[in-house]
Amino acid sequence: MNFTLRVWRQNGPTDPGKFEEYPATDIPADASFLEMLDIVNEGLIQKGIEPITFDHDCREGICGMCSLTINGVPHGPDRGTTCQVYMRKFKDRDVITIEPFRAAPFPILRDLAVNRSAFDRIIQAGGFISERTGAAPDANSVPIPKPVADAAMDAAACIGCGACAAACPNSSAMLFVSAKVGHLGLLPQGKPEKNRRVLRMVRAMDNEGFGNCSNYYACEAVCPAGISASFIARMNREYNFASALETVGAPL
Amino acid sequence: MTLDAKIPAGPLDKKWTNYKNNAKIISPANKRKFKILVVGSGLAGASAAATLGEQGFQIECFCYQDSPRRAHSIAAQGGINAAKNYQNDGDSIYRLFYDTIKGGDFRAREANVYRLAEVSASIIDQCVAQGVPFAREYGGLLANRSFGGAQVSRTFYARGQTGQQLLLGAYQQLSSQIAAGNVKMYPRTEMLDLVLVDGHAKGIVVRDMITGEIRSHAGDAVLLCTGGYGNVFYLSTNAAGCNVTATYRAYKRGALFANPCYTQIHPTCIPVSGDYQSKLTLMSESLRNDGRVWVPKRREDCGKPPHEIPEEDRDYYLERKYPSYGNLAPRDISSRSAKEVCDDGRGVGPGGLGVYLDFSDAIKRLGKRVVEERYGNLFEMYQNITGENAYERPMRIYPAVHYTMGGLWVDYNLMSNIPGLHVLGEANFSDHGANRLGASALMQGLADGYFVIPYTIGSYLTEQFGKKKPDVSSAPFQEAEKAVKERIQRLLDVKGSRSVNSFHRELGKLLWDKCGMARDRAGLEEALARIPELRAEFWKNVSVLGQGETLNQSLERAGRVADFLEFGELLCRDALHRNESCGGHFRTEYQTEDGEALRDDENFAYVGAWKYEGDNAEPTLIKEPLVYETVKLATRSYK
Ligand SMILES: Cc1cc2nc3c(=O)[nH]c(=O)nc-3n(C[C@H](O)[C@H](O)[C@H](O)COP(=O)(O)OP(=O)(O)OC[C@H]3O[C@@H](n4cnc5c(N)ncnc54)[C@H](O)[C@@H]3O)c2cc1C
Ligand code: FES
Repeated sequence: MNFTLRVWRQNGPTDPGKFEEYPATDIPADASFLEMLDIVNEGLIQKGIEPITFDHDCREGICGMCSLTINGVPHGPDRGTTCQVYMRKFKDRDVITIEPFRAAPFPILRDLAVNRSAFDRIIQAGGFISERTGAAPDANSVPIPKPVADAAMDAAACIGCGACAAACPNSSAMLFVSAKVGHLGLLPQGKPEKNRRVLRMVRAMDNEGFGNCSNYYACEAVCPAGISASFIARMNREYNFASALETVGAPL
Repeated sequence: MTLDAKIPAGPLDKKWTNYKNNAKIISPANKRKFKILVVGSGLAGASAAATLGEQGFQIECFCYQDSPRRAHSIAAQGGINAAKNYQNDGDSIYRLFYDTIKGGDFRAREANVYRLAEVSASIIDQCVAQGVPFAREYGGLLANRSFGGAQVSRTFYARGQTGQQLLLGAYQQLSSQIAAGNVKMYPRTEMLDLVLVDGHAKGIVVRDMITGEIRSHAGDAVLLCTGGYGNVFYLSTNAAGCNVTATYRAYKRGALFANPCYTQIHPTCIPVSGDYQSKLTLMSESLRNDGRVWVPKRREDCGKPPHEIPEEDRDYYLERKYPSYGNLAPRDISSRSAKEVCDDGRGVGPGGLGVYLDFSDAIKRLGKRVVEERYGNLFEMYQNITGENAYERPMRIYPAVHYTMGGLWVDYNLMSNIPGLHVLGEANFSDHGANRLGASALMQGLADGYFVIPYTIGSYLTEQFGKKKPDVSSAPFQEAEKAVKERIQRLLDVKGSRSVNSFHRELGKLLWDKCGMARDRAGLEEALARIPELRAEFWKNVSVLGQGETLNQSLERAGRVADFLEFGELLCRDALHRNESCGGHFRTEYQTEDGEALRDDENFAYVGAWKYEGDNAEPTLIKEPLVYETVKLATRSYK
């Protein structure tokens, strides 16, 4: 197959950046999107042009490292990650526009690679259960109903890629944050810190400059892990409850 | 040089308890005075950094990804073993220990493996307390599944994303320690050299992958938790960035590299479809719980659609050859059997390099819904990659490089022969012998990080009281930094015409052909002749564009491939010297009449650890004899 790529090239964080056009020729239909870029990069190297920088690692949809906006959609067609897009999804001779994930809290490092450390800082603010190695009781001492464990797993499946924030017109990270709040808050082990957690994580999210949620649900539509936007509603309830407690000075 | 594994005295089942009872304790006030550098944030690195941070040490932790949450451990699908015996099916610490020793073809150290089995149960407790959402039964208790090489059900899992959930648990604990100020995290930072001060590991040289800055970090001890070297084969199930650089650089500084030829080929991966391919995707071994592996009995049938081949014309070769384990035979055996039937011309799919993994019986027996619940995400992944629906047509699978049992040599304390240098997780050689059983790598990574190193590091640190603190402006650091900078400049200066990737691909193909699932003397000698030529060409003709002082992925890759080009030789050398077959190391000259691995316990019951002697000299082999006090060496049989 043959394609024309319009690729965002930006030499460094302060470079203004611009689109460049490259042909992608003789691409096997079974190649993945990133393998297509590998082939294009090989061609660029032959011509003495620096290859396109893009993030990737596992190439199987789980690490959350790959992060391209393809034809305006984070991770492109289908609901999976960029690395799980296959070229058979495109039509021969398509023009494909490739950009980095765009959200102010994800500054561009180079070409298509962005810095998503803001997500790590949000987790550091409270996205954990404080538990010391060696202090745990027997794993079966607290039974957890299967539906609860399953719901927690649905939320825990988040791969932290940032597509939600990149898709949102407000660059909101509510889906990401609510997935962690939901995962931990559903489990009995996560309950003791529930109120503190939601307050801290939401405030950290605001501090990083992510916007608010105005119910577009563009996040849910692009989430490769299938996280449901209902976790956002759940988090809003938890947040309101916790801030009410805080306002009246009740213990959190 | 003789190797002392420092195995504690006493009966096997008391060694670890005795060790802990007698371990030297460092007071909280003194812990704060020690800085530990943890390279890697996978299961081993994250769990170690978090736990040591909690204990009060000052930790600096490094990874090459943009976040510690993305370490390659995230990709593990199937599960984690633990001797909980929650299923009441006869499991015990001893049984897990024995299965692991036997699975490793009697090439692992008894005491380490026993300790691993012993701490396995605490790992599950720890992870549940962190909020890892393991699969549960309707009664609310934890569920288990079976994995290859075991007749009990001891594998805990979280859908098909067990590694992800375990890593996120460790990452979250690590995050809490970062927030508490006990751990300082350096993402997008690659370790390029180890620094020795008076023979002790006291620091590392890293490259900031965003700015290109080369700098040193000093500490009282260094922990390498940098994963395996499977990517030396180019195509593997590993993440693209997995590398041997950290461990290989340590090897060049004097750390011994043990058993590099023990590499694991996983039997159930999606077959190769073309030479553009950048990685192979694993289909979890858990699929073998319900899927049946077969190929046509007759070569003529290979081209037919599978449903047109009647039952009597199918060869369920694993069930035929290994009736008691059947489709759950260990990995090395299953992989080799797949190769055998394909070599016999009975493989299916493109190039005849594939076998069927068939779920039609399971769907009949359990219903599609149950199969979907168990394996839905794997079926989806398969369809996405191949365009085929595995509910209607058997999957095609083929073996692929997956895991490396070899690694830096360590003693019972997980310390290498370089004082202060500790090695955890897949990066060390210690627990899996010549073949690892499924669901045991996650167990080992977390055992090392949560439950072993927090006890054993004291044995080194207590001897460091009052010693002068290492200083990054001292000569050893300056020299190492200079060497790293020069090497980067050399890579940029070649200005040749061949891409880094093309060298990597060629090396990988050579190793897969000559040192893959089956090896022989002639092939290994060929590879040993060819690798230095390829390496020479690399340093004459590689093209690395751009500069060192920016984000430069070609440069990152070039450094890693340059190390693979040296390390590949060590791998073949080890495979050539080991004149026996065991586990994942199958030398065609050494097999039984029915094609099983033929071990030579008299001459090879040892750990083969290699010592670097210089770029133009052959490494020396140092042997650690494997002494079995409890287990009787037996021929491994899964029939
Ligand atoms: C697809 C797949 C599925 C698997 N499924 C299972 C399973 O079901 N059960 C099981 O038990 N095992 C499984 N395994 C094996 C298991 O996942 C790994 O062996 C294990 O996770 C390794 O953990 P680790 O912490 O040692 O290393 P890794 O998770 O590989 O982490 C390595 C760390 O080191 C860092 N690093 C590496 N090099 C450098 C450097 N030079 N400088 C700085 N940092 C560096 C990386 O950034 C990373 O943080 C699977 C493996 C694969 C590939
Ligand atoms: S590269 Fe890991 S999710 Fe795409």
